Amino acid sequence: MISADFSAILPEVVLVLYGMAALLGAAYTGKDELTGTLTWATSAIFVGVAAWIGLSGSGEALAFNGAFIDDAFSRFGKVTVLLAAAAVLVMSQDYVQRRGLGRFEFPLLVNFAVVGMMIMVSAGDLMSLYMGLELQSLSLYVVAALRRDSVKSTEAGLKYFVLGALSSGLLLYGASLTYGFTGTTVFSGILATIQGDHVSIGLLFGLVFLITGIAFKVSAVPFHMWTPDVYEGSPTPVTAFFATAPKMAAMAMLARLMQEGFGPAAGDWGQVIALLAVLSMFLGAIAAIGQTNIKRLMAYSSIAHMGFALVGLASGTQEGVQAMLIYMAVYVTMNVGTFAFILSMERDGAPVTDIAALNLYSKREPVKAFALLILMFSLAGVPPMLGFFAKFGVLMAAVNSHMILLALAGAVASVIGAFYYLRIVYYMYFGTETDALDTRMMPAQWLLLMASAVIMVVGVVNLFGIEGAAAAAAEALVH
Amino acid sequence: METIIVLAPLVAAIIAGFGWRIIGETAAMALTTGVLFLACLMSWIVFLGFDGTTQHIHVLDWIQSGSLDTAWSIRVDRLTTIMLIVVTTVSSLVHLYSWGYMAHDENWGHHEHYKARFFAYLSFFTFAMLALVTADNLAQMFFGWEGVGVASYLLIGFYYKKPSANAAAIKAFVVNRVGDFGFALGIFGLFYLTDSILMDDVFAAAPTLAETRLGFLWTDWNAANLLAFLLFIGAMGKSAQLFLHTWLPDAMEGPTPVSALIHAATMVTAGVFLVCRMSPLFEYAPEAKTFVIYIGAATAFFAATVGLVQNDIKRVIAYSTCSQLGYMFVAAGAGIYSAAMFHLLTHAFFKAMLFLGAGSVIHAMHHEQDMRNYGNLRKKIPLTFWAMMIGTLAITGVGIPLTSIGFAGFLSKDAIIESAWGTGNGFAFWALVVAALFTSFYSWRLMFLTFYGKERGDHHAHEHAHESPAVMTVPLGVLALGAIFAGMLWYKPFFGDHERMLSFFAMPQHEVQAADHAAAPAEGTAVEAATTEQAANTGDDHTTDTTIEHAPAGAIFMSEATNTVFDNAHHAPAWVKVSPFIAMLIGFFTAWVFYIRDPSIPGRLAAQQPILYRFLLNKWYFDEIYEAVFIRPARWLGNFLWKKGDGDVIDGTINGVAIGFVPMLTRIAARLQSGYIFTYAFAMVIGIAVLLLWMTLSGGAH
Repeated sequence: MISADFSAILPEVVLVLYGMAALLGAAYTGKDELTGTLTWATSAIFVGVAAWIGLSGSGEALAFNGAFIDDAFSRFGKVTVLLAAAAVLVMSQDYVQRRGLGRFEFPLLVNFAVVGMMIMVSAGDLMSLYMGLELQSLSLYVVAALRRDSVKSTEAGLKYFVLGALSSGLLLYGASLTYGFTGTTVFSGILATIQGDHVSIGLLFGLVFLITGIAFKVSAVPFHMWTPDVYEGSPTPVTAFFATAPKMAAMAMLARLMQEGFGPAAGDWGQVIALLAVLSMFLGAIAAIGQTNIKRLMAYSSIAHMGFALVGLASGTQEGVQAMLIYMAVYVTMNVGTFAFILSMERDGAPVTDIAALNLYSKREPVKAFALLILMFSLAGVPPMLGFFAKFGVLMAAVNSHMILLALAGAVASVIGAFYYLRIVYYMYFGTETDALDTRMMPAQWLLLMASAVIMVVGVVNLFGIEGAAAAAAEALVH
Repeated sequence: METIIVLAPLVAAIIAGFGWRIIGETAAMALTTGVLFLACLMSWIVFLGFDGTTQHIHVLDWIQSGSLDTAWSIRVDRLTTIMLIVVTTVSSLVHLYSWGYMAHDENWGHHEHYKARFFAYLSFFTFAMLALVTADNLAQMFFGWEGVGVASYLLIGFYYKKPSANAAAIKAFVVNRVGDFGFALGIFGLFYLTDSILMDDVFAAAPTLAETRLGFLWTDWNAANLLAFLLFIGAMGKSAQLFLHTWLPDAMEGPTPVSALIHAATMVTAGVFLVCRMSPLFEYAPEAKTFVIYIGAATAFFAATVGLVQNDIKRVIAYSTCSQLGYMFVAAGAGIYSAAMFHLLTHAFFKAMLFLGAGSVIHAMHHEQDMRNYGNLRKKIPLTFWAMMIGTLAITGVGIPLTSIGFAGFLSKDAIIESAWGTGNGFAFWALVVAALFTSFYSWRLMFLTFYGKERGDHHAHEHAHESPAVMTVPLGVLALGAIFAGMLWYKPFFGDHERMLSFFAMPQHEVQAADHAAAPAEGTAVEAATTEQAANTGDDHTTDTTIEHAPAGAIFMSEATNTVFDNAHHAPAWVKVSPFIAMLIGFFTAWVFYIRDPSIPGRLAAQQPILYRFLLNKWYFDEIYEAVFIRPARWLGNFLWKKGDGDVIDGTINGVAIGFVPMLTRIAARLQSGYIFTYAFAMVIGIAVLLLWMTLSGGAH
């Protein structure tokens, strides 16, 4: 039995062993001189593990009495998380080195965070869920404050830590309530106690607290307020990481908890999530308009995008889960591309985050400007970019489960949100003359930016086949 | 061969229109003209060699959707062959004529190329018109119908730098939309009731339709009458009949060859063709036929009165066209479709010639169109003068009374007036006779003002007046032959001889013979009653084998009642047959007195009768009435929806939200983002509290 358990969790074990070995090894040998090597090694291992999980995994396996589930859904989430983390590591390598952030712990902390996320995605029990969540969060708290000599960075780390602790408390309280009213922490056990679609008020409270705890991680309104500050304060590579992999993991975890733990009560949690979705979409769209810092802007952008992903989840159907997964995959791809560009934004060697710096960027760098234009259009959901089809999918799922108002709200919010994306395009193509940005850009960044932009256009053809994987994943989750 | 006739002009149009930069302008002109002459030759071969049996030539499949199965198919019968020669003959001659007329157009600069475009449009028009007349089903006919509409729009607005030309093009298009709406409704109705839009199926179902009621708007109608009426609305638009005629005079903004081809000889006769083509349906729709007669007669009369006082040479001929189309509709409404087609044929020759002659005059006079500035031109442009003279003799109907010797118009117009008499409809008969008088007057007025009297207007233009080149006079000569001989040549098969008419249009001989011999109304009604009974029975039985009857053989269909009309027309008293001739003579002499003997009379008369004169000069104020009744309210509504609805409400709301409301929310959101942890934690707690409260109130307990 033990060997079967371990074979299910083997990828995580491999990553943990690698992390510990690298940590010890580097501490006793080259320390920060090894940062570059470790970054590349870590991303290589991420890609390798992603390929291993993606290509060899099949079927559904329960380990540790149902606390850990390896199924198509968890594999979809893990592959996305791993690839996103690998991409972020690769593109931030140059930035980290040149800004004096080149500590060898950074790639390894990312590694542990990723392990946490993989456990979150696979969690089938409130215990393992919390364990993964905390492993992830603790690593993220540290990387947020990576630049110890910067007030903003430490402030970001501290804010994230305090509020994260609060949300963990809420989550734990929810878990306790759930355990108290059901007598179990395994998702399938919770599910078994729900008769018909009736949920006792106590369990409902537990459910709400659980949702709030996770909503903090996906930065859904009104549990989002840390997001802009942390995004702005953290070093840009960390922001890029925050905006991608953890979002995917938390969203997947929420989906699994809702579907496998509280499936029949979709009428209840669907409403809660729908409310969070509407608030997120609108606040993300509206508040971003006032931003001049591109990192803060991306923070609000990710809040709005999480709102849209939640729309798919709120519909409570298999179609909704599938749409949510595709949405997240597209969202992560777009953000990787955008942050690859943001990481390269600098003037006279110093990083720049003011969007006004993009004025007339197209005159100097037509190719990069065009790639960014495609990404902005895609983020705004302008057809025929992939972002449009992702939005269309979640809104369609809402319509099909008779949540017309939710879909309408999503459409309106996407119109409002288009403004600030298009404003960046406006600056790039029609703005006024300002001091030019530096033209230098690392090949890895350039490659990821272009790849992401190309995917947004070419992916329209068949989504590179992820539709089938997402469908299989959703089928594994929703019975 | 028929396929080539129809499609070759399209190919030529495409090559000339899109490829003239490669092959050159002259080559494009030569190509289109050559193709048209080839099509014309083949059409005459088809016409002369046609044996009367209806043929269907399948070209390719088109629409297959449910029970709707429509193919591109060419229907060849007598009607089609007549239209083929009319269209291709006039079109090829107009192509040739345009070489001269369009050679140096002062609307364009030296560096601008317009000729290839013009010829491509002409060829495209010809294709669309041929598609219309060869249609084997109503969808294809509608395609051609709209195709000629597009071509007409493009050609009226050919001088697109002139605002008036653009306005006229739009007007033509919009007015035709009204008619086309009726036509489309008619097609929908036919498909709804017969489940087919194939001509043969529709014709076969016509007797059943006459027994069917169809709910439309506020009440039930007789289906045959309603559908025939709707189709006729379409015909009214295309053929510029009263109430939908306002676009035709304005369409004269197009180049004169266009006026000759589209707005005189071919496109405007599509409505007449439609009614004749749908004769099996109209024969079962007596009320609709009566409506056709009244509209036709009213148009003939109205347009003739307006034509009396117009000064623009092209507008006179335009109103004359309008009036002649009214004649054709009277014949069609009377059920004597052959007479309508006869006039259509002869009219195509002499009216195209009049237009081309007018074009030649305009060409000679440096694009002066006001007849008051002409005068005494017969010496300067003798060939044009003689062509116009023949055209005038043809349109006024000069011939030897009570024989079948005369110019083309003499025979065909008299046939229509006799048919009108045959229906017993006094209004139609007298309206046509009076219109004939007016026709004669304005035609001779045109001749006298242009070619006789003193030279008026710009002295310089008169000095430089010159005869047109051969490419322009040769078509006039060919058309002159038609204007002289077409009537005498085809009088018998179209109208004069009952037997020959039946075989010409391939109608069955036997049943008509009975009616012909006996001419007994009693028998006719008996047969009719039998048919009614049969139709009623089939309606009750719902048996398919009896309801699906065979389409009537032949190109047109004439019921028993119509045959009676036909016989009445043939046996009309002599005074009826002579009356149009007398009307013509009166018109001629009045014109002679007014414009040759004492040219001061018209001015004095106009001064004496200012109200009447202005009423006629302003075309019965139709444009003004439409302006007040339709255009102003529509414009007001459009402005209202634009300024108030779109501007204030929609833009206002969106701008208000986008400029006022959303930024306000943005500011609030920014203020909430205080940067203090306790604010953030507080927001989370509030969030939880709200969610819990909401769940307690709404969820769980259900």
